[in-house]
Amino acid sequence: MNLAFGFPMGKGGNAPDLPGSLRAEPRLFRWLRFSADGSVAVTPGKVEIGQGILTALAQIAADELDIAPQRVRILAASTPGSPNEGVTSGSLSIQESGIAIRHACAEARALHLRLAAQRAGVAAEVLHVEDGVFKRPDGEAVGSYWAQAEEVLLDVEARGDVPPKSASARWIAGQPVARLDLPDKVFGVARYLHDLRLPGMLHARMVRPPARVATLVELRDGPLPGDASVLRQGNLLAIIASEEWVAEAAAARVAARAHWDVRESLPEEGQLAAWIEATPAQPSEVARRDDPAPAAAHVVSARFQRPFLAHGSIGPSCAVARWQDGAVEVWTHSQGIYNLRADLVTVLGLEPERIMVRHVEGAGCYGHNGADDVALDAALVARAHPGRPVRVLWSRAEELAWSPHSPAALAEIEAAVDAEGMLCRWQTVLRGNGHSSRPGRAKDPTLLSSAYIDPPFTYPVAIDAPMAGGGGGQRNSVPGYRVPSLDVSMHRLLEMPIRSSALRGLGALLNVWATESVMEELAERIGQDSVAFRLRHLEDDPRAAAVLREVAAMCGWPRASAGEGVGTGIAVARYKGTGGWCAVAAEVEAAEVVRCRRLWIAADVGEAINPDGVINQIEGGAIQATSIALKEAVHFDRLNVTTDSWDAYPVLRFSEVPAVEVRLIGPRDAPPLGAGEPSLGPTIAAIASGIHAALGIRPRAMPFTPDNLAAAME
Amino acid sequence: MRVAFTLNGVPAEVEAAEGMTLLHALRGPLGLSGPRFGCGQEACGCCYVTVDGEPRPSCALPVEAVAGRHLGTVEGLGTPEAPHPLQAAFLAEQAGQCGYCLSGILVSAAALLARNPDPDEVAVRAALEPHLCRCGAQNRMIRAVHRAAREMRAGAVA
Repeated sequence: MNLAFGFPMGKGGNAPDLPGSLRAEPRLFRWLRFSADGSVAVTPGKVEIGQGILTALAQIAADELDIAPQRVRILAASTPGSPNEGVTSGSLSIQESGIAIRHACAEARALHLRLAAQRAGVAAEVLHVEDGVFKRPDGEAVGSYWAQAEEVLLDVEARGDVPPKSASARWIAGQPVARLDLPDKVFGVARYLHDLRLPGMLHARMVRPPARVATLVELRDGPLPGDASVLRQGNLLAIIASEEWVAEAAAARVAARAHWDVRESLPEEGQLAAWIEATPAQPSEVARRDDPAPAAAHVVSARFQRPFLAHGSIGPSCAVARWQDGAVEVWTHSQGIYNLRADLVTVLGLEPERIMVRHVEGAGCYGHNGADDVALDAALVARAHPGRPVRVLWSRAEELAWSPHSPAALAEIEAAVDAEGMLCRWQTVLRGNGHSSRPGRAKDPTLLSSAYIDPPFTYPVAIDAPMAGGGGGQRNSVPGYRVPSLDVSMHRLLEMPIRSSALRGLGALLNVWATESVMEELAERIGQDSVAFRLRHLEDDPRAAAVLREVAAMCGWPRASAGEGVGTGIAVARYKGTGGWCAVAAEVEAAEVVRCRRLWIAADVGEAINPDGVINQIEGGAIQATSIALKEAVHFDRLNVTTDSWDAYPVLRFSEVPAVEVRLIGPRDAPPLGAGEPSLGPTIAAIASGIHAALGIRPRAMPFTPDNLAAAME
Repeated sequence: MRVAFTLNGVPAEVEAAEGMTLLHALRGPLGLSGPRFGCGQEACGCCYVTVDGEPRPSCALPVEAVAGRHLGTVEGLGTPEAPHPLQAAFLAEQAGQCGYCLSGILVSAAALLARNPDPDEVAVRAALEPHLCRCGAQNRMIRAVHRAAREMRAGAVA
């Protein structure tokens, strides 16, 4: 979620000045409720997507309330039970939800202490809190959250006048804490939405057409196994049965009996760059600066290309829905339950109050994947089977080929240094599809099956958030280096043959790599060390310089080659220009294929609520980025995406995973900046830099496969 | 057709039906949640179980094929009260993010340590090669397997 982009503003009078998501929902009881049993329920609108957010939010609440963390029960988000915090995305959950919970807890604590102090006839300031019990200086208890749970009304708006603890007073926020969700996951406990089993639940599988644009002209009759039945709605086909294996066997038979008229709608993959250039686009200025610039002495210009990418969640998207008495309840692993509800309202024609959406954890989520789409599938099937819960599980092929994809793009950069070896001018032109097709933001729904029902909806073409909201395709396209003349522009495509949306890092995957490559090429042109060259342009951004210096020290920069075909590269970026700083060094070995053997990472994300969780996220992002850099590309023919299996869309395996060392630096009392995404762009850029160190080739197209590297040599 | 086997040390049986894989049987009538569906094509490792001690995918294996065999799943490794050393080590190393891949990885790691109590890093990576972890927690998992191996060897000596 980003503030400038569809943020649901609250009704509260104080709202504009309140921190984090308290702006959207200022009422304290919407964030926390104490129970007489000695626990507190905390209700964030952000959701667990594998990143460990529940643990960090529990730490924040426990710290601010001075209670044992075991007393905190984080309730899963639901409509209307939790605040509308938009989407769990953009590495913003601590900034938005965590800060809201911190301030809401601080105010709740103050309200409780005020009551206890009045009763005890002392000033609130002399009381302290020990695991939820309010004590006088002599140690006598004068109340507790639990005893006062029914008396202190939190049905009030936050006032924003109770400062939370200072950083030095925190005792658990900032400490490495074991994740609350992990024990269930190592013991195989039913915890994921995939494990939800409701009484009388039916199982459904979707039968997708052989092409994106297809009309079902005939469905031959024939026997089906067990109690399987077919649901047809326009060009949408679903199979329903009381057992999973029956639904799967029946789906295979029905797929073979369906005859479709298909139409070519995808570009020629071999001409992808030409298609991007020829497609009508909406131009916009991203950044421009026209300070007086010295004359150019050396110019570098280059074009960088990235392919469509898949999310590749390890667990296919899943949803359960139950339709009853004109209302529907949906269990989903969506990142944004209110946004999903808004699109369900449009497609199903129900009032929002008649749609209840409940979040249940799914497998790892790295952006806008099929979670929202499958929720509509489940609701559509459930409508035809009122009273029965219906579970829809996508196939691996649907997950890889029919989920939204991260869009292909081009970045053309021309940059120059003056006679003194300082950047004097920088121009970037970006072209590609937008990075958001998230639901709930447009008149028409973005959900997959909405375009196949009768009458069909038309997907809105993917958009990009403005830079103030982090941007989409233009994310990280404005270099963090000082340059007097700057011109960054973007051309967002107005046709969308492949449904495009947000994947971890968004435009930063391409733009950090392109920017860092050009910086290195300029440094090389003037015979300077690339780290020293970068540092000379980072005087305005000391925290960027600090992570770069740190990672240079970690890897022993400049590193001598460890043998033929081995080289080390380096890169740095501040995510979104407003988030965490991250520098990465990558040792690359180029033989028949390129491998990344080792990564060194220095990051500054401000306050780290759970430092071990931050390190886990930074490393995980870097490993996913290694996979993206070296292996990943969505392939397609004119009809459809063809990378619909792990064989066709390989990702990094255990034998290919680099050793990773992560170091967190920077001020721990600075505002938290998010940890999920800062490492991806710099990792891709550092691997490209390492390839140049190993082979003398500057990669120009992702992924850095032998074919793409050979093309870069020509 | 009734198919009988031993599941985590206990006799079990299911009524096999058309299209029923071992994974369907485990997650359906047998009521387990540890073995997970990831691809249905034996390509990701989420559904791994042991069959007579050998790790293998269950998502494409017809349930009839395991008649009379000894099956093991993550539920058979340990419990929160009595965790397998690997489960304790994965928690100690915080080796996971979304955790969806963990059931299969723990099954393969347990089979590795049963045959090789002191695997080097190459051996650990090789044993876990069939398993995808999209969140990027592999290095923590490798450390966790080594931690468990050390503790199991120490326990065997003591």
